[in-house]
Amino acid sequence: MTSLTSSSIQHKPASIGPPLWLLAELTYRCPLQCPYCSNPLNFAETANELSTEEWVSVLRQGREMGAAQLGFSGGEPLVRQDLGELIAEARHLGYYSNLITSGLGLTQAKVESFAEAGLDHIQVSFQASDPELNNAVAGSRKAFEQKLAMARAVKEAGYPMVLNFVIHRHNIHQMNDIVALCDRLGADYVELATCQYYGWAFKNREGLMPSRAQLEKAEYEVNQNRARLLDEGSAMKLIFVTPDYYEERPKPCMNGWGSIFLTVAPDGSALPCHSARLLPIDFPNVRDKDLKHIWYDSPGFNHYRGDSWMPEPCQSCDEKEKDFGGCRCQAFLLTGNADNADPVCGKSPHHDRILAARQAADHATAGIEELTYRNAGNSRLFFRS
Amino acid sequence: MANLAENAIKTTDTPRFRRGFRFQWEPAQNGHVLLYPEGMVKLNESAGAVLSEIDGQRCVQDIVAALKATFPQAGALEDDVIEFLEHARQQHWIDLT
Repeated sequence: MTSLTSSSIQHKPASIGPPLWLLAELTYRCPLQCPYCSNPLNFAETANELSTEEWVSVLRQGREMGAAQLGFSGGEPLVRQDLGELIAEARHLGYYSNLITSGLGLTQAKVESFAEAGLDHIQVSFQASDPELNNAVAGSRKAFEQKLAMARAVKEAGYPMVLNFVIHRHNIHQMNDIVALCDRLGADYVELATCQYYGWAFKNREGLMPSRAQLEKAEYEVNQNRARLLDEGSAMKLIFVTPDYYEERPKPCMNGWGSIFLTVAPDGSALPCHSARLLPIDFPNVRDKDLKHIWYDSPGFNHYRGDSWMPEPCQSCDEKEKDFGGCRCQAFLLTGNADNADPVCGKSPHHDRILAARQAADHATAGIEELTYRNAGNSRLFFRS
Repeated sequence: MANLAENAIKTTDTPRFRRGFRFQWEPAQNGHVLLYPEGMVKLNESAGAVLSEIDGQRCVQDIVAALKATFPQAGALEDDVIEFLEHARQQHWIDLT
């Protein structure tokens, strides 16, 4: 037997393999109105959600192909009355299933019955560490108390507890309070995910993006908390996702296009990531094609595989196998052409757009009430215009 | 992390997976994986062999004995197994009691 160390663990496949992660966006319906929602701006245009039978078929096909991680997300997945049934099917198939929820619509009884059905993990999202800010961001007066109650129920039922906070300029000063709250609730993992600017967050970017000074202070506080937790022997893990707008090299988005992630949207659209439907690409639908064809053979999923599609400066870049040229959605949103290098990259001829966003963040003054909230009314405005 | 020596794994300790961690064989990856909230680690053959023996009942020396029976040609295993279990504990995959 050779020595067993972390180097013996492989984190990603060497070449294009099966989809290992399946994200089931069960619905775009949601009781909250968070202005950084990753759903498409025109979500209200999407009707005709997949039926229970259609979802079961997607889960079976995905598992047969090798998917092991399954996320139930949305919108708010609890809106679907068949969630319990889908959880039981997922367990039966051998998935590790994650419920990504706002906590609204959750009850103690559901927390327990989902555990019996085989749900592995519930992630509850918070908007802030205090009720006033939380509820202002969520656009809901009762959200915070409900989230606290459900976080406690999740803990009592014995699930691993992951609490997620989307971080932006209006709550980035709360790091110490957020960690203290999570400590009190007994969280195992805390995701401090700074906003990624897609969907509603892109629309609201100027009102959400923290300044570099805010970010550096937050990072310092997170590191201090990490050191303290380590000292106290706590197993609570802080995961701080920094905003790529402050990087000089782009993120290896989704670990590569069509590499391991497969998202199925509420209407059956199959996507390489949950933002990709904003791209001018024809994506297949699980109602028309089987998942195997979609993953391996559809033009949509093959569009940005490999590197032959890359223009300069990516094509001759010695880092192209590391970051795949960054994020296609970000390239499209910021340059109008999804083929381009992600402008986060310092080598991108469009990097000035990132610099301008940073500069704007240094001078932003808008309050939360000036953000465009994610709701059906505002969504209809987008697809009418 | 302090007092590592005091917390060193003993052969009489019993490892078990932490709640929320699931170890299983994945045919599509031709290997064992460890699944946890929104994460997955693919394990190599030897890591898979050790974790396969964890059932929450048997202690480290039972596990070493079982591995010796399965891999008689492997020689002395105890140090490697303990080193790996230490790694697994640091990653918070397992608890030992």
